[in-house]
Amino acid sequence: MTTTVSAPVLTTHPWLAFAVRRLGRLAGSVLILVSAAFLMIHLIPGDPVRGALGPAAAQSLVDAQRASLGLDNPLWQQYVDFLHHLVTGNLGTSITTGLPVSDVIRDRLPATVELAVAAFLVAMLIAVPLGLAMGVLTRGGRRPRAELGFTSTAVVLAAIPEFLLAVGLVYIFAVTLHWFPVAGRGSVASYVLPVLSLAIGPAAVLARICRVELLAVLQTDYLRTARAKRLPAAAVYLRHALPNAATATITVGGLLLGGMVAGTVLVENVFGWPGLGSTIVSSIIAKDYPLVQGVVLVYGVGVLLVNLAVDVILALLDPRSTIRES
Amino acid sequence: MSELRFDDVTVRFGRGGRALTAVDGVDLTVPSGQVVGLVGESGSGKSTLARAAVGLAEPAGGQILLDGVPLRHRPGARRPLQMVFQDPYSSLDPRMTVGDSIAEAMPRGARRRDEVVRLLELVGLDADRVSAYPGALSGGQRQRVAIARAVAGQPDVLIADEITSALDVSIQGTVLNLVRTLQRELRLSMLFISHNLAVVRYVSDIVAVMYLGRIVEVGPARDVLGNPQHPYTKELLAAAPRRGSTALPPPDAVADAEPADPHHPPAGCRFHPRCPVGPLIRTDREHCLTLDPTTEADHRLHRAACHHAAGVLRAVGSNPPVLMELKEDSL
Amino acid sequence: MRTRWIAVLRTPVGAGAGLLLLGVLLLAVFAPVLWSHQANAIDTDHLLQGSSAQHWLGTDNLGRDIFYRVLVASRTSILLALLATAIAVVTGLALGSAPAILGKRGGRAAIAVVNIAVAFPGLLLALFFAVVFGVGAKGAVLAIGFAGAPSFARLTQTLVAGVAERDFIAAARIAGVGRFRMLVRHILPNIAEPLVVNATIGAGGTLLAFAGLSFIGLGVQPPAYDWGRMLGESLSGIYVHPAAALAPGVAVVIAGLAFNLFGEAVAKGLGVQVPRARWTSRTPEAVPARDSDAVLVVEDLQVSFPGPVTPVRGVSFTIRKGEIVGLVGESGSGKSLTALAVAQLIEPPGQVTAAELSFLGAPLLGRLPVRSTAATRRRLLGTSFAMVFQDPMTSFNPTKRIGVQLAEGAREHQGLSRRAAMNRAIDRLRAVRVPAAERRAHQYPHEFSGGMRQRAMIGMGLMGTPALIVADEPTTALDVTVQRQVLRLLETIRSEDDVAVLLISHDISVVAEICDRVLVMYAGRVVEDLPATELATGARHPYTRALLAAVPDLDTALDEPLAVIPGRPVDPARLPDGCAFAARCSFASDRCRTEDPVLVDQVACWHPQAQAEYSSFRTGQR
Ligand SMILES: Nc1ncnc2c1ncn2[C@@H]1O[C@H](COP(=O)(O)OP(=O)(O)OP(=O)(O)O)[C@@H](O)[C@H]1O
Ligand code: SF4
Ligand code: SF4
Ligand SMILES: [Mg+2]
Repeated sequence: MTTTVSAPVLTTHPWLAFAVRRLGRLAGSVLILVSAAFLMIHLIPGDPVRGALGPAAAQSLVDAQRASLGLDNPLWQQYVDFLHHLVTGNLGTSITTGLPVSDVIRDRLPATVELAVAAFLVAMLIAVPLGLAMGVLTRGGRRPRAELGFTSTAVVLAAIPEFLLAVGLVYIFAVTLHWFPVAGRGSVASYVLPVLSLAIGPAAVLARICRVELLAVLQTDYLRTARAKRLPAAAVYLRHALPNAATATITVGGLLLGGMVAGTVLVENVFGWPGLGSTIVSSIIAKDYPLVQGVVLVYGVGVLLVNLAVDVILALLDPRSTIRES
Repeated sequence: MSELRFDDVTVRFGRGGRALTAVDGVDLTVPSGQVVGLVGESGSGKSTLARAAVGLAEPAGGQILLDGVPLRHRPGARRPLQMVFQDPYSSLDPRMTVGDSIAEAMPRGARRRDEVVRLLELVGLDADRVSAYPGALSGGQRQRVAIARAVAGQPDVLIADEITSALDVSIQGTVLNLVRTLQRELRLSMLFISHNLAVVRYVSDIVAVMYLGRIVEVGPARDVLGNPQHPYTKELLAAAPRRGSTALPPPDAVADAEPADPHHPPAGCRFHPRCPVGPLIRTDREHCLTLDPTTEADHRLHRAACHHAAGVLRAVGSNPPVLMELKEDSL
Repeated sequence: MRTRWIAVLRTPVGAGAGLLLLGVLLLAVFAPVLWSHQANAIDTDHLLQGSSAQHWLGTDNLGRDIFYRVLVASRTSILLALLATAIAVVTGLALGSAPAILGKRGGRAAIAVVNIAVAFPGLLLALFFAVVFGVGAKGAVLAIGFAGAPSFARLTQTLVAGVAERDFIAAARIAGVGRFRMLVRHILPNIAEPLVVNATIGAGGTLLAFAGLSFIGLGVQPPAYDWGRMLGESLSGIYVHPAAALAPGVAVVIAGLAFNLFGEAVAKGLGVQVPRARWTSRTPEAVPARDSDAVLVVEDLQVSFPGPVTPVRGVSFTIRKGEIVGLVGESGSGKSLTALAVAQLIEPPGQVTAAELSFLGAPLLGRLPVRSTAATRRRLLGTSFAMVFQDPMTSFNPTKRIGVQLAEGAREHQGLSRRAAMNRAIDRLRAVRVPAAERRAHQYPHEFSGGMRQRAMIGMGLMGTPALIVADEPTTALDVTVQRQVLRLLETIRSEDDVAVLLISHDISVVAEICDRVLVMYAGRVVEDLPATELATGARHPYTRALLAAVPDLDTALDEPLAVIPGRPVDPARLPDGCAFAARCSFASDRCRTEDPVLVDQVACWHPQAQAEYSSFRTGQR
């Protein structure tokens, strides 16, 4: 019974259709991510184990390691094993430390997530109100000097990469002023500099986009309609402009959050933050491929989840988007 | 110089539940050297039919024949059909000079320079416009260039899709005059699309009326406009402005009906939800709800897709002869 | 195109960024030639020193001069960044234009690849490729290049898709242009500008990303050095020797900014800038006596924009209770601006002035000193002055239900409760004959057809008790048959509630059918004001007549060419002396070319045509 109804329901009910389509895309992306992580080791020119252990290691050691990693099996079988292990939560063992990769990740993931989420919240809290306020204040070419100041500051801040910002902040606030610690993760104070260096650039980008979006919405015919209804200015902005400007802001916000997840890699290295970012760099340099693989997977899944969240929020906000997409 | 024939052409967009049949089994002939004017409301499939003819849309069924030979569109090959588009601001490449745009459309081996100048003069532009960019031209001038480009391809058939509706009222006339002169001088076969009945009347030998993907009436312009058979044609005529009319025609009972949704065309006669002499007004016409009038269209005057148009030889169902009935309520 | 780029370089920001970029590039070319020696000289006497006269920024752990090293490192840093950018651009361009070359199926595959790759941040992709290509300069160039490709491919795709749906591409296809030539000759030239701008900005980003990779030790390897590596190596000593860490950092930022700012300046230069202005009002001298029936009185209305252009130059008219007045004219004649000015909807930098502009006796122009009177004026306009706009597609807020949008004004101005306002909205939808009004009120605008939406828009104006409806081309976006319905609706409302209507249209036949009076506009002026019944026979202004003759109708003679108006409409920024219509007018005299006629006796013309001449004029046309 249910199977006979489900087909037409899937195609007719916009929300169900949206969910099916979106989950399908997620599944596809995850499969590609997993395959890429798997292929990574095989794309490396030469023998990855030899590379990891160094030219001086005995051949017998290399062979043993190869065997334990299953590298001597046919490719398809390695792939099947890889998928099988993934499903059971087994990400292999680190070549350098011999610890299970999943343990390393469990250890280090919280620090990175904390950093990314805190930075995201800070960026949103700064950028959205600032961008909207600037949009309202500079609409229709008002206050050209404030606009120039805002835009140029934002351009400059957005152009400085997080690791340089981190170095600058460390120099000013840690080395010179001694307000915050230089590195490490512990007290609340130790969060300030890493979070700021991660948040400022994206906040600048987002604030600019917020402003531009708001200006675009203020130009639309339906905003003219709202004004023609003689609503008070606050109602025009809050009820009509804001929800429509939010769409692009959230889209970009999602992209930025994805970027922040990746940005933690560099910032963690500046601050000696005990998260996944420092792990992936050291493991790339040490050629500890199973560990690299595991961390790449975690980062990738994180990004995909962020994208999913953004799409769901957008669909909720904009009644057309579920239909528009198809 | 050639005859263009649409033979049961169907064009579909999308797939599955969201499919839309924009053109639904259209039979239409553009006789050699004549102008067929195609009218209909927006979304009725006029442009899609034109785009199918020039190969910009893929027919899902039927054939398009040029002098009896099916058209084939290979990328890079010369096309015997040329088209002029509605919006002269988007139909010319802003990065190409007027001369280059025209020359590009010429068949290989033509003496380009002289030919371009000749074409420019043909459409009433100075020869020194050859090196101008479209940005420097007004809408009317651009539309002339677009016409010159279409003629440069030495087409057998010219298709004009709403070529005056993006132009200012004071400019439209000059473009219409040009098209008419060119068509007569070059004895072009032409499919002229417009939503404006007055404009179509002015240029066409034959008028075809389209509604929801189908041709509902077609015939010599004078006859169709003078003695319309299909209620939709009558409605269009009533809506078209006449010189000196200073009052709106009185509303009828279905005046506020909503236009039909092309995703879900009505059963039977597609026009029935809006038909002022149809089943919603006249209870004795229930057959319009179920019987498709297009199947018998060939037996009626102007091939009208209406059960109650003149010329039906057999009565539909148990109705009295239709010809009689029509005389009573013809508008 | 070239002139626009030069114009960009003339702006202060553009010139500054251009100079900075030029400096950075010159440095990259010449620094290693000039200062390699100083940069590599090992000075064991001065290890890890602070700044001194001999070494401006101090020395590193081998006693090498940091200042010179930063200068010399510019070549490696910038060259590698440019290489990576080139890889990103070329790969991205190939992937992004694949749909145009490969046709449907191959194109779809390319789009899918890009869609998935774009979802991952560049740095993550770079790390992935860094693993695959190995640690080192070569690996990093490839890694960053390929990591940047997806976003560039997406940009290319978007731009190509934007161009591909324009008609000139279709025209070229019909002309038999092949796919490859299409890409090279038609598509690429039309997207080159944004591509170059984005590649420039992208180069800045690449430079920074490359510094990042070198910084964490995955990029340039010793003994070679770039800014990123210098920074990474000196970070641990930032307490003792901050200059060593900060100098390369500053260099990266400056070089990155040079690319970024230049790109932004160009991007902005190709757009348009809007200068600003304020609302002003001429103080009305003596308020002329007027009939109490007047709903709207407009006296010498002017609308101007910086430039300066004045698209509306002294328009005057009065609309009385229950009257439908048509305002016709070609596009650019100032009809819409007149309507917006009357409705107080012109935003700065636009400027509106008038000798008088009053609605139901209340002046509309000028700032009101007291808050409460401003609120009163807003309420008056909110309940009695309705606007209907041209495009029903875009004039409703897409994210709100129709009923809510209707109810909003009533809640604001009439103090109705949510429930009461919604009931009124449903009632008004019914009044404008929207079928199933109750259900429709809960739908979103995109679920309405164009005609329905326009009716809902009119219904919105009927939420209060309107005295005037200003409708700007309310039927232009609609089909002929639907047009009828909307016009009929306006007429019904007028006759039932005695509402005045100002109907703006470019279509003189539409106006003739429903209006009592017609105002003809040309170049920002009302050139004739006449009863609609006299339009066909009694028009006296040459423009009005020409307009009537130029529009074909069902009675136009078929065997003669259409009457045409020679020339083209005037540009409001370049108005001639004298009559604006003179260049196109067959009755123009010398006086017409020097003296601007004003509206006297309902017509603004030095040589108004008499009725008798008119009929001969018409028969002459036929
Ligand atoms: N914001 C603006 N800045 C500068 N000029 C403007 C602005 N808005 C309108 N104009 C100019 O004012 C003139 C009149 O514009 P308006 O929109 O009133 O014309 P219209 O008669 O309504 O034309 P259409 O039939 O195309 O709507 C045009 O030349 C236009 O370019
Ligand atoms: S078939 Fe019936 S419904 Fe259709 S047009 Fe004729 S009378 Fe009207
Ligand atoms: S004033 Fe002169 S130029 Fe202007 S419309 Fe009248 S006759 Fe023509
Ligand atoms: Mg307008």
